[in-house]
Amino acid sequence: MIDALQNIFAAILILVGSGFALTASIGLIRLPDLYTRMHAASKAGTLGSCVMLIALAVYSDELSITTRALGGVVFFLLTAPVSSHLLAKTAHASGLSLWGGSVVDDYAARGQSNTADRLNVGP
Amino acid sequence: MTAAIFLDWSLNIALGVLSLSLLLAVARVVIGPTLPDRVLALDMLAAVAIGFIAVLGIRTGHALYADIAIALGLVGFLATVAFARFILQRHTIEEEKVE
Repeated sequence: MIDALQNIFAAILILVGSGFALTASIGLIRLPDLYTRMHAASKAGTLGSCVMLIALAVYSDELSITTRALGGVVFFLLTAPVSSHLLAKTAHASGLSLWGGSVVDDYAARGQSNTADRLNVGP
Repeated sequence: MTAAIFLDWSLNIALGVLSLSLLLAVARVVIGPTLPDRVLALDMLAAVAIGFIAVLGIRTGHALYADIAIALGLVGFLATVAFARFILQRHTIEEEKVE
Protein backbone atom coordinates (compact mmCIF):
# COMPACT_ATOMS: atom_id res chain seq x y z
CA MET A 1 0.00 0.00 0.00
CA ILE A 2 2.76 2.43 0.97
CA ASP A 3 4.71 1.37 -2.12
CA ALA A 4 1.76 2.07 -4.38
CA LEU A 5 1.24 5.49 -2.79
CA GLN A 6 4.93 6.31 -3.19
CA ASN A 7 4.80 5.30 -6.86
CA ILE A 8 1.68 7.35 -7.59
CA PHE A 9 2.99 10.45 -5.80
CA ALA A 10 6.37 10.17 -7.56
CA ALA A 11 4.68 9.72 -10.95
CA ILE A 12 2.44 12.78 -10.47
CA LEU A 13 5.37 14.91 -9.27
CA ILE A 14 7.50 13.79 -12.23
CA LEU A 15 4.75 14.68 -14.70
CA VAL A 16 4.16 18.10 -13.09
CA GLY A 17 7.89 18.87 -12.99
CA SER A 18 8.50 17.94 -16.61
CA GLY A 19 5.51 20.07 -17.60
CA PHE A 20 7.05 23.05 -15.79
CA ALA A 21 10.40 22.43 -17.51
CA LEU A 22 8.72 22.32 -20.93
CA THR A 23 6.81 25.55 -20.14
CA ALA A 24 10.06 27.26 -19.19
CA SER A 25 11.74 26.16 -22.43
CA ILE A 26 8.82 27.33 -24.55
CA GLY A 27 9.01 30.67 -22.73
CA LEU A 28 12.74 30.78 -23.41
CA ILE A 29 12.03 30.46 -27.12
CA ARG A 30 8.89 32.57 -27.45
CA LEU A 31 9.42 35.62 -25.20
CA PRO A 32 10.76 38.81 -26.77
CA ASP A 33 13.83 39.94 -24.76
CA LEU A 34 16.36 38.78 -22.17
CA TYR A 35 14.51 40.00 -19.09
CA THR A 36 11.20 38.33 -19.94
CA ARG A 37 13.04 35.14 -20.92
CA MET A 38 14.79 35.25 -17.56
CA HIS A 39 11.38 35.50 -15.89
CA ALA A 40 10.40 32.21 -17.57
CA ALA A 41 13.65 30.32 -17.14
CA SER A 42 14.52 31.23 -13.57
CA LYS A 43 11.07 30.66 -12.07
CA ALA A 44 9.42 27.85 -14.04
CA GLY A 45 12.69 26.06 -14.76
CA THR A 46 13.80 26.08 -11.13
CA LEU A 47 10.39 24.93 -9.95
CA GLY A 48 10.39 22.10 -12.50
CA SER A 49 13.73 20.63 -11.48
CA CYS A 50 12.94 21.10 -7.76
CA VAL A 51 9.65 19.22 -8.12
CA MET A 52 11.44 16.38 -9.91
CA LEU A 53 14.06 16.18 -7.13
CA ILE A 54 11.19 16.04 -4.60
CA ALA A 55 9.79 13.13 -6.61
CA LEU A 56 13.16 11.36 -6.23
CA ALA A 57 13.01 12.05 -2.47
CA VAL A 58 9.46 10.66 -2.22
CA TYR A 59 10.26 7.56 -4.26
CA SER A 60 13.46 6.55 -2.49
CA ASP A 61 13.22 4.26 0.56
CA GLU A 62 16.59 5.16 2.07
CA LEU A 63 16.87 8.18 4.33
CA SER A 64 20.26 9.22 2.94
CA ILE A 65 18.98 9.62 -0.62
CA THR A 66 15.88 11.48 0.57
CA THR A 67 17.92 13.99 2.58
CA ARG A 68 20.37 14.45 -0.29
CA ALA A 69 17.59 15.15 -2.77
CA LEU A 70 15.93 17.61 -0.37
CA GLY A 71 19.31 19.26 0.21
CA GLY A 72 19.65 19.63 -3.54
CA VAL A 73 16.21 21.30 -3.65
CA VAL A 74 17.22 23.81 -0.94
CA PHE A 75 20.55 24.53 -2.63
CA PHE A 76 18.89 25.04 -5.99
CA LEU A 77 16.21 27.32 -4.54
CA LEU A 78 18.98 29.40 -2.91
CA THR A 79 21.29 29.74 -5.92
CA ALA A 80 18.90 30.17 -8.88
CA PRO A 81 17.58 33.65 -7.87
CA VAL A 82 21.11 34.84 -7.05
CA SER A 83 22.56 33.84 -10.42
CA SER A 84 19.67 35.16 -12.49
CA HIS A 85 19.59 38.44 -10.55
CA LEU A 86 23.33 38.89 -11.10
CA LEU A 87 22.94 38.14 -14.81
CA ALA A 88 20.04 40.60 -15.19
CA LYS A 89 21.94 43.34 -13.35
CA THR A 90 25.02 42.76 -15.49
CA ALA A 91 23.04 42.78 -18.72
CA HIS A 92 21.33 46.03 -17.73
CA ALA A 93 24.63 47.62 -16.73
CA SER A 94 26.19 46.64 -20.05
CA GLY A 95 23.45 48.49 -21.87
CA LEU A 96 21.17 45.72 -23.13
CA SER A 97 17.90 47.48 -23.89
CA LEU A 98 14.47 46.33 -22.80
CA TRP A 99 11.77 45.11 -25.13
CA GLY A 100 9.77 47.87 -26.80
CA GLY A 101 6.59 46.87 -24.99
CA SER A 102 8.11 47.16 -21.52
CA VAL A 103 6.33 49.68 -19.33
CA VAL A 104 8.74 50.56 -16.53
CA ASP A 105 12.54 50.53 -16.09
CA ASP A 106 13.39 51.33 -12.50
CA TYR A 107 17.18 51.11 -12.90
CA ALA A 108 17.16 53.69 -15.70
CA ALA A 109 14.77 55.86 -13.69
CA ARG A 110 17.27 55.90 -10.83
CA GLY A 111 20.05 56.86 -13.21
CA GLN A 112 21.96 53.65 -12.68
CA SER A 113 22.07 52.34 -16.21
CA ASN A 114 25.44 52.09 -17.94
CA THR A 115 27.39 52.63 -14.73
CA ALA A 116 29.14 49.39 -14.02
CA ASP A 117 30.92 50.62 -10.90
CA ARG A 118 27.61 51.32 -9.13
CA LEU A 119 27.09 47.55 -9.02
CA ASN A 120 29.82 47.17 -6.36
CA VAL A 121 30.99 43.99 -8.08
CA GLY A 122 34.00 45.50 -9.84
CA PRO A 123 37.21 43.53 -10.32
CA MET B 1 -3.52 -0.29 -14.05
CA THR B 2 -1.23 -0.74 -11.11
CA ALA B 3 0.86 2.00 -9.57
CA ALA B 4 4.16 0.61 -10.86
CA ILE B 5 2.95 0.63 -14.46
CA PHE B 6 1.65 4.19 -14.01
CA LEU B 7 5.08 5.24 -12.69
CA ASP B 8 6.79 3.51 -15.63
CA TRP B 9 4.61 5.31 -18.16
CA SER B 10 5.01 8.70 -16.53
CA LEU B 11 8.80 8.23 -16.41
CA ASN B 12 8.82 7.54 -20.16
CA ILE B 13 6.59 10.55 -20.87
CA ALA B 14 8.80 12.74 -18.66
CA LEU B 15 11.93 11.63 -20.51
CA GLY B 16 10.33 12.63 -23.82
CA VAL B 17 9.11 16.00 -22.52
CA LEU B 18 12.50 16.77 -20.94
CA SER B 19 14.27 15.89 -24.20
CA LEU B 20 11.99 18.33 -26.02
CA SER B 21 12.77 21.10 -23.53
CA LEU B 22 16.51 20.38 -23.79
CA LEU B 23 16.18 20.80 -27.56
CA LEU B 24 14.36 24.14 -27.16
CA ALA B 25 17.03 25.42 -24.75
CA VAL B 26 19.79 24.37 -27.16
CA ALA B 27 17.94 26.24 -29.93
CA ARG B 28 18.04 29.38 -27.77
CA VAL B 29 21.76 28.85 -27.19
CA VAL B 30 22.29 28.70 -30.95
CA ILE B 31 20.05 31.58 -32.07
CA GLY B 32 20.31 33.80 -28.97
CA PRO B 33 21.21 37.25 -30.28
CA THR B 34 23.39 38.36 -27.36
CA LEU B 35 25.79 36.68 -24.95
CA PRO B 36 23.51 37.05 -21.86
CA ASP B 37 20.78 35.18 -23.76
CA ARG B 38 23.13 32.29 -24.33
CA VAL B 39 24.27 32.28 -20.71
CA LEU B 40 20.65 32.22 -19.55
CA ALA B 41 19.92 29.31 -21.90
CA LEU B 42 22.94 27.41 -20.52
CA ASP B 43 21.60 27.98 -17.00
CA MET B 44 18.24 26.60 -18.11
CA LEU B 45 20.05 23.65 -19.72
CA ALA B 46 21.67 22.79 -16.37
CA ALA B 47 18.26 22.99 -14.64
CA VAL B 48 16.65 20.64 -17.17
CA ALA B 49 19.63 18.28 -16.86
CA ILE B 50 19.06 18.14 -13.08
CA GLY B 51 15.44 17.11 -13.72
CA PHE B 52 16.66 14.50 -16.20
CA ILE B 53 19.04 13.11 -13.57
CA ALA B 54 16.20 12.89 -11.03
CA VAL B 55 14.08 10.91 -13.55
CA LEU B 56 17.01 8.59 -14.30
CA GLY B 57 17.59 8.14 -10.56
CA ILE B 58 14.02 6.93 -10.10
CA ARG B 59 14.18 4.76 -13.22
CA THR B 60 17.43 2.94 -12.46
CA GLY B 61 17.25 2.99 -8.66
CA HIS B 62 20.90 3.98 -8.29
CA ALA B 63 21.65 6.03 -5.19
CA LEU B 64 24.47 8.09 -6.70
CA TYR B 65 22.25 10.24 -8.92
CA ALA B 66 21.25 12.64 -6.11
CA ASP B 67 24.92 13.50 -5.56
CA ILE B 68 25.39 14.08 -9.28
CA ALA B 69 22.37 16.42 -9.32
CA ILE B 70 23.80 18.51 -6.45
CA ALA B 71 27.23 18.72 -8.13
CA LEU B 72 25.65 19.75 -11.44
CA GLY B 73 23.63 22.47 -9.70
CA LEU B 74 26.82 23.82 -8.10
CA VAL B 75 28.67 23.84 -11.43
CA GLY B 76 25.78 25.57 -13.20
CA PHE B 77 25.57 28.28 -10.54
CA LEU B 78 29.32 28.95 -10.61
CA ALA B 79 29.34 29.02 -14.44
CA THR B 80 26.54 31.59 -14.54
CA VAL B 81 28.24 33.81 -11.96
CA ALA B 82 31.57 33.59 -13.82
CA PHE B 83 29.88 34.45 -17.12
CA ALA B 84 28.15 37.43 -15.51
CA ARG B 85 31.49 38.76 -14.24
CA PHE B 86 32.99 38.18 -17.69
CA ILE B 87 30.24 40.13 -19.44
CA LEU B 88 30.62 43.01 -16.98
CA GLN B 89 34.41 43.15 -17.38
CA ARG B 90 34.22 42.97 -21.16
CA HIS B 91 31.79 45.88 -21.13
CA THR B 92 34.01 48.03 -18.87
CA ILE B 93 37.07 47.31 -21.04
CA GLU B 94 35.16 48.39 -24.15
CA GLU B 95 34.08 51.58 -22.37
CA GLU B 96 37.68 52.42 -21.48
CA LYS B 97 38.70 51.92 -25.11
CA VAL B 98 35.98 54.32 -26.25
CA GLU B 99 37.13 56.92 -23.76
